Amino acid sequence: MQIARVIGTVVSTQKHPKFEGAKLLLVQPVTIDDTPRGTPLLAIDSVGAGVREKVLIVLEGRAAGEALGRKAAPVDAAIVGIIDSVDIQE
Amino acid sequence: MQLAKVIGDVVVTRKDDTLTGITLLVLQPIGADGSNAGRTLVAVDAVGAGVGETVFFVRGKEASFPFYPTEVPADAGIVGIVDHWDVE
Repeated sequence: MQIARVIGTVVSTQKHPKFEGAKLLLVQPVTIDDTPRGTPLLAIDSVGAGVREKVLIVLEGRAAGEALGRKAAPVDAAIVGIIDSVDIQE
Repeated sequence: MQLAKVIGDVVVTRKDDTLTGITLLVLQPIGADGSNAGRTLVAVDAVGAGVGETVFFVRGKEASFPFYPTEVPADAGIVGIVDHWDVE
């Protein structure tokens, strides 16, 4: 899993039926010290995350499909948690 | 998934049988500000997208799921057309 920050929302009318009713958010993966890393991604939101929140994302098809609660959904990224805090010991 | 702009299409006559009738489009992935981000790629189209449209696509074997039960040999697939997106 990866840490990311929600940076925006995406609206799509014409999409695959498995996306019906799903919330799509733009997320920017970040490093442990909150620096943006790589290109922003679109992720299915299964936990009710909002813009500016730090979230936990899965970047794998089966896991993302399970987060969506639909089998064989053509998704590869999903938000599976809202991060309260990250504590690095060393 | 990732945002991308459809910048072209690909015509392939001799191909895997399961790709018959499936549209192949050239995508330029874009960032949240709409600027190009990374290399262009070819994706199968599951939603009827066209050149000039902004879409989102999925990477990996999930790209073939819209064509189930046909197992299409694709590693990228367009799964939605973007109306608009907002970045805060």
